[in-house]
Amino acid sequence: MKWVLVGGVAAVPFVLPSQSMVNIAMLTAFSAFLGQCWNIAGGFGGLTSFGHAVFFGSGAYTGAILQTRYGVNPWVGLPAAFLVGGLVGAGIGAASFRAGLRGSYFALVTLAFAEVFRVLSNSLEFTQGGLGIAIPLKVSAWNFQFADRRATYAVVLVLLAVASGVAVWLTKGRMGARLAAVRENEDAAAALGVDIVRTKTWALALSGGLAAMGGVVYGQTYLYIDPSIGFGTERSVEMLLVAMIGGAGTVWGPVLGAVVLHVVADVSRAFIATPGFAPMVYGVVLLVIIAVLPQGLAGVWAQVRGTPGGARDA
Amino acid sequence: MLEIYTAALINGLLIGGVYALVALGLTLIYGVLHIVNFAHGSLLMVAMFAAWVLAEKAGVSPYAALPVVACGMFAVGWALYRYVIGRVSRGEDRAILLATLGVSVVLDNLFLAIFGGDTRQIEGDLTFAMWEVGPLLLAVPKVIAFGVSLVLAGGLWAFMARTDMGRAIRAVAKEPEGARLMGIRPERVFALAYGIGIGCLGAAGCLLLPSFFVSPHVGSVFVLVAFTIVVLGGMGSFPGAVVGGLLIGVTESLGGLVLGESLGPIGISLVFIAVLLLRPTGLFGAAR
Amino acid sequence: MSQFLRLSRRGALAGAATLAMPAIGGAQAAPVKVGLIHPVTGALAGAGGRCRAGGLMAIEDINAAGGIKSMGGAKLEAILGDAQGRPEIATQLVDQMAEAGAAGFTGCFASALGLAATQAAAKYNIPFSIDSGIADAITTRGLKNTFRFFPNNSTATADAMAALGALNKAAGSPAKTAVIVHEDSEFGTNSVKLQAAMLPGIGIEVKALLPHATPTRDFTNIVLRIKAEKPDIVLISNYENEYVLLARTLVQQRVDLVSTFSISGGGFNLKFAKEAPTVAENMIDFNHWHNPKDPRSVAFRKRVEAASGFYSWEHPFGYFAVKLLADAWERAGSADKERAIAALNGSTMADHFMPYGPTKFTNGQNSGAHPVALQIQKGDMTVIWPNEVSDAKAVFPRPKA
Repeated sequence: MKWVLVGGVAAVPFVLPSQSMVNIAMLTAFSAFLGQCWNIAGGFGGLTSFGHAVFFGSGAYTGAILQTRYGVNPWVGLPAAFLVGGLVGAGIGAASFRAGLRGSYFALVTLAFAEVFRVLSNSLEFTQGGLGIAIPLKVSAWNFQFADRRATYAVVLVLLAVASGVAVWLTKGRMGARLAAVRENEDAAAALGVDIVRTKTWALALSGGLAAMGGVVYGQTYLYIDPSIGFGTERSVEMLLVAMIGGAGTVWGPVLGAVVLHVVADVSRAFIATPGFAPMVYGVVLLVIIAVLPQGLAGVWAQVRGTPGGARDA
Repeated sequence: MLEIYTAALINGLLIGGVYALVALGLTLIYGVLHIVNFAHGSLLMVAMFAAWVLAEKAGVSPYAALPVVACGMFAVGWALYRYVIGRVSRGEDRAILLATLGVSVVLDNLFLAIFGGDTRQIEGDLTFAMWEVGPLLLAVPKVIAFGVSLVLAGGLWAFMARTDMGRAIRAVAKEPEGARLMGIRPERVFALAYGIGIGCLGAAGCLLLPSFFVSPHVGSVFVLVAFTIVVLGGMGSFPGAVVGGLLIGVTESLGGLVLGESLGPIGISLVFIAVLLLRPTGLFGAAR
Repeated sequence: MSQFLRLSRRGALAGAATLAMPAIGGAQAAPVKVGLIHPVTGALAGAGGRCRAGGLMAIEDINAAGGIKSMGGAKLEAILGDAQGRPEIATQLVDQMAEAGAAGFTGCFASALGLAATQAAAKYNIPFSIDSGIADAITTRGLKNTFRFFPNNSTATADAMAALGALNKAAGSPAKTAVIVHEDSEFGTNSVKLQAAMLPGIGIEVKALLPHATPTRDFTNIVLRIKAEKPDIVLISNYENEYVLLARTLVQQRVDLVSTFSISGGGFNLKFAKEAPTVAENMIDFNHWHNPKDPRSVAFRKRVEAASGFYSWEHPFGYFAVKLLADAWERAGSADKERAIAALNGSTMADHFMPYGPTKFTNGQNSGAHPVALQIQKGDMTVIWPNEVSDAKAVFPRPKA
């Protein structure tokens, strides 16, 4: 029953008469997808990253470079980005977790990695430096460029479903149990024979690989990427906000977070024209949600259903 | 060529002093509250605008305005923690992080609404004052900022080490529950520490303005550097912040010369990562 | 869940705040809606806001003068959108405004936003009049709906070199060597390649290219390297913050120069002239400006200054981007997309005070559009090149400090 309802809601945009509504649905689903990617490492694994844009940007550049430099079909960019993002995640994870970084130390190191990637992409000839990469405009499904926003929405929806599937699997499978054990108490987990570095690295790689695919979709939709679009802090912050406001470590958290934050952003933008005020409202709403719902929106969801929710209870 | 390297070295030290100034408040807040204060850049921006308004509209030099702005920013920081961050987050780490993020979104856009998005600056008596050292010309505002950051770091250190209030703050930082049993209210002390940290930013803003510019986004220019310095020096350490600031200033300055100003900034991030991976407690930090 | 959807639908339908002008008189023609897409929050807020203000002034003027006369006095109606400096939001605004019935768009101040927005508007074939956004690619991608009244990057750079050559020659060629300082992203890199190739042609040898990152917090090292090269002039291409710091450091370090010459210098404006008078005096910038000899431009500037205190080239850009659309609707006698685009292609708009002459579009680019050389003299902006529109004599070389 639940899944029918969810499927129904997700399908609504396909019958909406308006492209702009489809577009809002697409952007919301895109945020939810990126938030879910963050959630896989940040929520389920407790690996609070401030630099997830490093994966998004790696993916975006992978897709764009393969296509513009080597003439590879952009659809191939998706699996390629997954690989590259996974490798970047594995690399960052292996280095940081071997060094025993956790909490704010890990958060800061991810921030710094994103910055290194930004500066590199801004300086290297290979990434066309600060010029950025413009993907030639050529609309066709074969070329992964769609005139109809519903097609983009469908692609994003599939990605969201995949990422959420991974999240569901984490709540049920053995790997998820290991990850949860590491998140709750590393020493205890180690005593039970869980390889901590490996488990965490694996989670970050998976999260990074998925997020990188988002970068490809972004590139194919807006046809231009540059170092700050790819690796800028804003993207990282958005990913973590969506997941944390929604409820980190829950399957539905990122989806709820994305819906609510998009509604707040769009509505405030629509009704307040004075520059600066709309984002201010956004900031205030953020503070209120944190104050009222410490477990995120999914916490309420769980309470209503009478089951425990939130990161600590997952 | 040697001359340029010497100049870059000295210049790097001077900039490093300014960076240290921004990092002092951050390291204090981290040391006591154990949180990464994401509103730090935004509050620096607020302090710089305060100094700018006083200079541009009332003709008060930023140096004369320093005590006022520092006290004002202390009040802002204290109130912000007492009435917003503390209440919103109830002391939970993740929530504090989100709360400081939320505060920075609100502040950035509030100042955008008030002042517009443009770059503002001042030209004062000291703007073109240069101190001639051999073949080098050192900008006096930077020398002053450098000197004050050393004094301020010393002052903060003495305050924390030698005064009752400083001891109380350290006690809370170490053992909040224990301190509570001793009759100290941790929430009060957290607000106080946050206020002092932000008060430092008030001083930093005044000293920075004459040799920099201000816009609603100026904070983001310094945030990452400040984090780097705090980590490098050891989170919570004042001498660490100064030494870290100087090291980063020199790294940036020489990095720019060797790698080019375009790739140069990567030096800071690489140092940052290397320190985190190899010695996460920083140069002066105690073991975790 | 249903409540979220309802809310988001309301947001979508409202699209962006609509400023409806009150209808005067009885039988009114349906208003023509113009979508204004600019970054008015975020890092580009200042300049984006000025483009928007200019656009709104144009709408006010057109309506006050009786609207689009060939359409029975149809009034223009602005739909405002804040792109926040993010391409995805610019695109979303295009969708929303298209559905709210926008007959044309103007925007988007920054090239990255312009690229995303024009391509989204092309899907609906709605005409897009670029105000600022200098990247050549905006009009070279073959989008039929996109028009730029203002100069593109390659024209601006070629013109700049011509201007520098002329100024130098008129002064007896005191500048023989140059150092180029530029920011390393799209804007600086593109124009510097062209500059370096063209400078030898006007008798100036390039001694060094010094790229820097954005943000750069201190320019002392760069200035010391400039000093070591002993160039006659320094050419600058960067954004506002770095421009301000570099200009100040050049004075502080007492660099002996014939002149500085920036190309679309981000920080070169009247606020800079007012807040940093010592630094700004006699700096030269090659940039967009109105024709100061046209009395309408003087009145326009006074009007902007009375309203917001600070005038810049973004105001006329926003203004004439809207005027260009209105002119097309006037001649087409309709806001129909196809007919408006045809009218834009055949546009010969001469009723403006930019130093461009009547419009003539080749693949969407107004081929008559040219920037001018500006110099801050006694705290005010003066045009020093070309002679047909200049209102002051160049101070070149500048007096020794």
